[in-house]
Amino acid sequence: MTGDRFRFPRVEFGPEERALREEVRAFIREERASGGFTPMADSWGSGWSPEWSRKMGARGWLGMMWPKEYGGGEKPALHRYIVTEEMVSAGAPCAAHWVADRQSGPLLLRYGTEEQRRSILPRIAAGECYFAIGMSEPDSGSDLASVRTTAVKVDGGWTINGRKIWSSGAHRSHYMIALVRTAPRDMKARHAGLTQFLIDLGSPGIEIRGIRNIAGERHFNETVFDDAFVPDDMVIGEAGDGWRQVTSELAIERSGPERFLSTFPVLTELVRELGPEPGERDAETVGVLAARTMALRRMSLGISRLLDEGEAPEVAAALVKDLGTRFEGELVREARNLLPAAAAAQSPDLYGKVLADGVLHVPSSTIRGGTNEVLKGIVARELGLR
Amino acid sequence: MSDRIVLDTAERILADLCPPEVVNDAENGVWPAALWEALEESGLTLAWVREELGGGGAETGDGFGILKAAGAWAVPAPLAETLLAGWLLEQAGLAAPGGAMTVAPAGPADTVALARGALSGTARQVPFARNAGHVVLLAGGCVLLVERDACALVPGTSLAGEPRDDIAFDGVRPLRTAPAPEGLDADRLLLVGAAVRAAQMAGALSRLLDQSVQYAQEREQFGRPIGRFQAVQHALAELAGEAAAAEAAVDAAAEAVAAGDFGPAGVAAIAAAKVRTGEAASKGAAIAHQVHGAMGFTYEHSLHHRTRRLWCWRDEFGNERAWAVRLGRLVAAEGADALWPFLTGSRAA
Repeated sequence: MTGDRFRFPRVEFGPEERALREEVRAFIREERASGGFTPMADSWGSGWSPEWSRKMGARGWLGMMWPKEYGGGEKPALHRYIVTEEMVSAGAPCAAHWVADRQSGPLLLRYGTEEQRRSILPRIAAGECYFAIGMSEPDSGSDLASVRTTAVKVDGGWTINGRKIWSSGAHRSHYMIALVRTAPRDMKARHAGLTQFLIDLGSPGIEIRGIRNIAGERHFNETVFDDAFVPDDMVIGEAGDGWRQVTSELAIERSGPERFLSTFPVLTELVRELGPEPGERDAETVGVLAARTMALRRMSLGISRLLDEGEAPEVAAALVKDLGTRFEGELVREARNLLPAAAAAQSPDLYGKVLADGVLHVPSSTIRGGTNEVLKGIVARELGLR
Repeated sequence: MSDRIVLDTAERILADLCPPEVVNDAENGVWPAALWEALEESGLTLAWVREELGGGGAETGDGFGILKAAGAWAVPAPLAETLLAGWLLEQAGLAAPGGAMTVAPAGPADTVALARGALSGTARQVPFARNAGHVVLLAGGCVLLVERDACALVPGTSLAGEPRDDIAFDGVRPLRTAPAPEGLDADRLLLVGAAVRAAQMAGALSRLLDQSVQYAQEREQFGRPIGRFQAVQHALAELAGEAAAAEAAVDAAAEAVAAGDFGPAGVAAIAAAKVRTGEAASKGAAIAHQVHGAMGFTYEHSLHHRTRRLWCWRDEFGNERAWAVRLGRLVAAEGADALWPFLTGSRAA
């Protein structure tokens, strides 16, 4: 069975989980009613709202799995899953804290210094400290191991030179975790000599240049390091261990609900527009999209359970992200074909607005966090084809 | 019987006794006697009937495991149909006879009536009718056991070369009759039948993936295995995704059937499974054929044992469209604000 290759165990929710879910839903309902947010597609990638992040932090919904001494809630991964899937499906603005809560915090928890944990993690959990990803470079995208930004050892620290690109929200973030070359490239050991650094984006020698995306937003950035000094204690884990850290980070990064629910608000508003008794053609399309959503969620939840059990299901995560991100685009295509709207960012009607968000943001779904071509390559390797 | 034992037993029997030759022979009218005997002796055919009624008394979920295995091995005999017939008998508390069974009517368009102890009407395209000793019917609010020999048959064949015979029941008197319990109606049978076919499809897709990967590793062109080409790798990665999604969807449907949940949430799970496995069947079979090239288009190669069955099963007990419309209407009736809670099975009570 496929189950032998890719396991997606069943997840059951207990009373505590159900109560948490109801609590999150009640919060979202109240905020929606009082104008605290307007649903958007790609809300976790594009909906930057420190105010929203602080509200979530105040409710204990950030850093949920971390130890209490670092501001966490010591909850299982499933609890974080519930909060994130409720937020993303509702289209709530979670971009400010997303990277910090999802991957940077857990990375620091595992490899950071005690001082970093004490000073940074509680601020992330409070929704006050934001992180940018420093992986891609102008000449290194899918081929991440080819990064050229270097760190050279100097007295008391390292000097960094080079450029990082596509860092979402870097201009509004406090820190970046950057994958940097600390030893010359060796074509025989492509993954060696890479190190991750925790970089305070307010340090001298760092320039952050905005890049507008096709939606017209200043979304991502190019960050230029010109002899930027980083102290020794900002090395994450051991020097040379960067590649292993990055790949384990990606297993978490790739399997979450944000990898198939980014455009879900479009479906919600479509169902609203179609009303309680849709025609057969409309009902069919909604039914197909619902069926795909249900299957994807089951797979994604199964991976969350495996993560809770201490496994690193990188391949299954790649498979779900490939299927899920393609689905995000299918949803938008089907919706606009079924119910054409003057999709406009300023549209007074919510369907038109979320559809516009969806159309303009969907191209990034199948690129960010590893292109689908790279993901399919990972699956193919597991199948024994490469 | 417990989970692992049931599935291991099924796997072992099918690996031994259901090779491609047996599947081909069955299409030419040769009944797979050794295979069937082994399945029956191990209690797999009546897994869904409790022991007091003559069955194997397995968990409902294990029955779905058997169905996946049956799909994976392209079992050319009414294993799925006998399981489903047993489930119907079990629901009404009727004892199961030995031997192969099938279920009628097989489609929502056909009805069979019961009046003064005798049946009337025709059920079309009943799977494996000619191979079944008994037919289990849902008619006139009753579950009925009928001897197949008492009925008139018009033979027919599915896309997969399996028997799909029309049965005329006129004047036939059932062997055993029991009132159907509350809620057991033609729609419920359709739901469970859809879940059964979905499980067979998930199993077939899983094996289709194995078979296609193996072929891509062995077949060489341009001096290397075709699986070395990125285009082929990506196609197979997509097939893996389809197979995995099908399995996930079926597991949710199996849980609904096992829990006896035929309310909106259960119907949604089953509908989603039939829609998603049907989609996966179409996409998956197309990829498998493309990877196998002309070889896979020959009768000689066993690829068609699974692809033809997938094409057949996606249509039976309601195709993707029928189930998608039903699921879409369910969702619409719940309303936009209940959409997410409904799809996640987590509506507030």
